[in-house]
Amino acid sequence: MKLTVSHIAKSYEGRTVLADCSSVFEQRGTYVLMGPNGSGKSTFLRICALLERQDSGGIAYLDNGAPLAQDIALKRRMTLVLPRVGVFNTTVSGNVAYGLTLRGVHRDMIKKRVAEALAFVGLGRKKDQHARTLSSGETQRLGIARALVLGPEVLFLDEPTASIDQENTTIIESIIQDMKKDDRSMVIMTTHDPDQADRLADRLLVLREGRIVPAP
Amino acid sequence: MSLFLVGFKNALSLILHLNPELFGIILLSLEVSGFALIIATALGLPLGALLGLKRFPGRNLSISVVNTLMGLPPVVVGLVVYLLLSRRGPLGFLGLLYSPSAMIIAQTILAIPIVTALCHSAIMNVDPVIRLAARTLGATSGQETLAVIREARYGILSAIIAAFGRVMAEVGAILIVGGNIAGYTRVMTTTIALETDKGNFELALALGLILLALSFLVNAAFHAAQRKGAVPGE
Repeated sequence: MKLTVSHIAKSYEGRTVLADCSSVFEQRGTYVLMGPNGSGKSTFLRICALLERQDSGGIAYLDNGAPLAQDIALKRRMTLVLPRVGVFNTTVSGNVAYGLTLRGVHRDMIKKRVAEALAFVGLGRKKDQHARTLSSGETQRLGIARALVLGPEVLFLDEPTASIDQENTTIIESIIQDMKKDDRSMVIMTTHDPDQADRLADRLLVLREGRIVPAP
Repeated sequence: MSLFLVGFKNALSLILHLNPELFGIILLSLEVSGFALIIATALGLPLGALLGLKRFPGRNLSISVVNTLMGLPPVVVGLVVYLLLSRRGPLGFLGLLYSPSAMIIAQTILAIPIVTALCHSAIMNVDPVIRLAARTLGATSGQETLAVIREARYGILSAIIAAFGRVMAEVGAILIVGGNIAGYTRVMTTTIALETDKGNFELALALGLILLALSFLVNAAFHAAQRKGAVPGE
């Protein structure tokens, strides 16, 4: 699947967040969008993930060159992990199972895939724990498991390590590297940390003054 | 004091001997309040969700109106329902006055604002990020709403329990529209009022004890729902 972003702009209450952003995402691997806090990275991701509408410009998803209708079927081929995950008031496995339940996956298959996803992010032993008792780093890993279990073709990660400790940052970075090895998804992530961008990016983009500019 | 003790003793005897009149009254009370609660929940929960999740013109005014209606005086509701259902009223042709249906209508009117306002409040207390999280995982707008309702489930349960407590203890409205007819529209609260007037304290006290026990159970369920909703360790 290929994502083409053409000249998108977005303002909130007269304040321009994205002025003119264009880019093409088509290869497997990790795209890292870097920029300081407040530069519009999250807005850009939410627009690309079809969670928010741009004021102008266009977003196109293409499969073998043919544009895809931007409906719920397309939305279910991608997912976004929020910087504040939004944990449901249930167990760790209940959280991970949520998206599969929405898709009508059989109960036995849900159990199997949830176990695999939790093992992948190192939370297998906490599957029955109440999700809101996890540490912030574990919560972020839960968010990644909740997205990965759906097998998305495009995975958006919005500042996945912004508010967690070094140990969990290392774990999450290694999860992202492992995903690259498995060639699971095209990952488009944001960070404000240049070192992290260097470690993870196959292709680096920089968002500055509302525009995507070439990496230095 | 001795009057109270004798009454209390006789009341216990009525309860322990499963007095059929007493249990008929209790069953009718539960039936009327139960139906009223089901209808009030079926209407109040979607209304509460609508007020909590959608933005539309007049929303703030609607919230104020619903909150105000929580304090509806039961006798006023009774009077209005009476006028609507009386033979000369617009709904008089239905022939519902002095029937359990009329009592259900009155109790439903009293319960809807409680269920709506408390469900709205429970839904507003759900972190907005939950809705966004559901959307990122592929929820349709209906599934998003269900995700929020699911998050608010313990608050919603509390709303339903609070409404049940209110309608079970209600007397003014159902006395007016039900007429307190023995074996037909006589419920616990109206019987207590009538039997007290007549000086027949045994039945009144027996029903009073059962109402108190029910009130205790409702409160226990209310607290259990709140405890269950709390995150472990918090």
